[in-house]
Amino acid sequence: MQVSNAIKFIILTEIVLPTLLLVFGIYHGVMQVLYRAGVLKAESFLGIDYYQGLTLHGVINVIVYTTIFIVGFSNAIVMYALKKPLREKIQWISLGMMVIGTLMAAWAMFTGRATVLYTFYPPLIAHWTFYLGAVLLVLGSLVPFFFDWIPSAIAWKRENPDQKLPLAVFGTFVNFILWTIMIVPVAVEILFQLLPLSLGLVDEINPLLARTLFWFFGHPVVYFWLLPAYVALYTILPKVVSEKGKLYSDPAARLAFILFLIFSLPVGLHHQFTDPGITNTWKLIHALFTFGVALPSMITAFTVAASLEYSVKAEHPELKDSKFYWWTFLPFMRLEGNKWMFSFFFAGLVLFFFGGITGIVNASYNVNLVVHNTAYVPGHFHTTVGGLVLMVFFAMSLYMIAKLRGTDVKFKGLAVLAPYFWMQGMFMFSYAMMVGGVITGFPRRTNTGLTYLNPDHPLYRPEWVGYAQLSVVGGILLGIGFILFFISFMATLLAPKVRESTIEFPFADAFHDAPAPLLNNLKTWTVAAILLAVISYIPALYDASVRGVFFKSPAYIEKFPMPLKQLKGAQNQEGKEVSQAEKEVVEN
Amino acid sequence: MDRAEKLGLTMALILLLVFFSLIVYAAKGLKIDIPTCITDVEPFKEGKLIKHADKRYELHLLARMWLFDFDKGATQIKIPAGSVVDIYVTSRDVVHGVHINDTNFNIMAIPGTVGYMRVKFKKPGTYHVVCHEFCGVGHHAMEGKIIVE
Repeated sequence: MQVSNAIKFIILTEIVLPTLLLVFGIYHGVMQVLYRAGVLKAESFLGIDYYQGLTLHGVINVIVYTTIFIVGFSNAIVMYALKKPLREKIQWISLGMMVIGTLMAAWAMFTGRATVLYTFYPPLIAHWTFYLGAVLLVLGSLVPFFFDWIPSAIAWKRENPDQKLPLAVFGTFVNFILWTIMIVPVAVEILFQLLPLSLGLVDEINPLLARTLFWFFGHPVVYFWLLPAYVALYTILPKVVSEKGKLYSDPAARLAFILFLIFSLPVGLHHQFTDPGITNTWKLIHALFTFGVALPSMITAFTVAASLEYSVKAEHPELKDSKFYWWTFLPFMRLEGNKWMFSFFFAGLVLFFFGGITGIVNASYNVNLVVHNTAYVPGHFHTTVGGLVLMVFFAMSLYMIAKLRGTDVKFKGLAVLAPYFWMQGMFMFSYAMMVGGVITGFPRRTNTGLTYLNPDHPLYRPEWVGYAQLSVVGGILLGIGFILFFISFMATLLAPKVRESTIEFPFADAFHDAPAPLLNNLKTWTVAAILLAVISYIPALYDASVRGVFFKSPAYIEKFPMPLKQLKGAQNQEGKEVSQAEKEVVEN
Repeated sequence: MDRAEKLGLTMALILLLVFFSLIVYAAKGLKIDIPTCITDVEPFKEGKLIKHADKRYELHLLARMWLFDFDKGATQIKIPAGSVVDIYVTSRDVVHGVHINDTNFNIMAIPGTVGYMRVKFKKPGTYHVVCHEFCGVGHHAMEGKIIVE
């Protein structure tokens, strides 16, 4: 399908900009394993503090990179599946908001004004530009959905009254409905708590309420990253495996998307199992719903495996009766056609298998006491968002820039190898983090190299050394995997044009198909999802704002152990007041 | 849906239900439960170790930038092996995380709230207390030890 120059520029920007930012994100990831293992015993390196780097790693990788890329990918998917051009004005507004938001937040983070990590838990407070930047970024990402895709889908429906919405569009719409709902609580947190506190309009806020609102957003957001990858698994992967490939079942795919819509939202308390101030009955209910959201991933595992089997056997009829041997015919390392993308999907799926299982451990209520905030948690989510999600996004980035620029994929061999380096690196990294976390309590989010892994420090913990060192090896392999991909990415982007710019996807038909009108009624399911989310959160929000919290807290910044107001007051009166404040701190 | 698909879905549901039943059994039957909402103990400004009886203690553990205050500023305490300790946790400033290594005690310290868990220290030894939530530039140096003799 032809695209106008403006739309081509916009979608390319939505792929290239986040990938360039990801260079910083991944650099800080590699730096962290070095700091943590004590290879680098320092507070900071090249002017960036460990915790500032950790903030950049988290915010760039999972907020900025994911959001902007998902908008670009979904733009292309909706445009191609509905065969309707995008509205240029709407797309410019969306891109502008996202870029300005990103620049604001990036300025705050790079200048050390927002060292609050990706979860930005108050009462630690960042510069207001960080919060406003985040708001602009997420609002900008919603603009195409409401003002471009929905009108296009309505027009499409009018022209095709007997057909159901194409599966890729259906999945994308479920994802953006979820995204819209989950943004509400975090927007309330930012606009009514953090921004006023940061600007000094209020003196105190309730940190537990802020956490509860954050996780109302913070868990569903992982499905916002995951669902575009699922769209690709269902609609594109079968055709990557074989020209004759088909999706095993269309209704099963739609059922999985609907289950995500219902169960993604009432689950946030499983991040707060160890939080005080919230009755554990509500936590148990959220644990149950979290098990519910495991179900669509299990359905997906079945459907994807069945689609792979169907697609391989369609190309190799002689394998008709094979139970397991057909696995060896998957295009693990092939360069022709679209088959080069398979290594990305494969590495992602293998990692996600472990990500799913370890996620059930996290969700398991009292079992969570063993793993909460240990290195186990990052070990888990690096195999999900850093596994399947990132691998599929890499494959789609490379595929889309080649189509949009009209170039060939360059250094295809490196691109095919990159996911295997990544997978091996992630195995070593995640194994070290998870086992170290469970067995020895190795914590996450900590510059352990300075104290716990420093033989000269009284806090030295020799039992953590081996795990930290293994994570260094993993981290370096991950870095190499990214470099291989990035070489291919940049070379493809800058290669000479050899054909017309287009946008197209190798969408697969379904082997089993049925009308399933109940599943396709998105409006009803959306209402049900909102109701369930609100009802499941009312008691928890009541606890977090009334029953469990005795008083509110003033703002702090990470550098000083006293409230920001007190600190500013002391600084205003210069010299002796500061020393007195310091004396007080020492005495206390 | 074909037969294989139905079978897969049923097995997935059964697996999840078995997991969940075991969790509920562990929580309510074996009493391995997670922190709940505490309304009868107010947040405190100082750590305190109170001995109620032989091997029965109440500990008010205050997390602050950047140490654990177990007892009027002390960053370590000694208790006899086999002690049962009711531990209350709060924070004086920002959010901290409190993990007593080698136990199930793992709780967030949030200013304005009180967390509670009971721990029985069966084996003698040094139990390291680690802060696992980012609380500022001194986060990795937060010191705390429970010595069980």
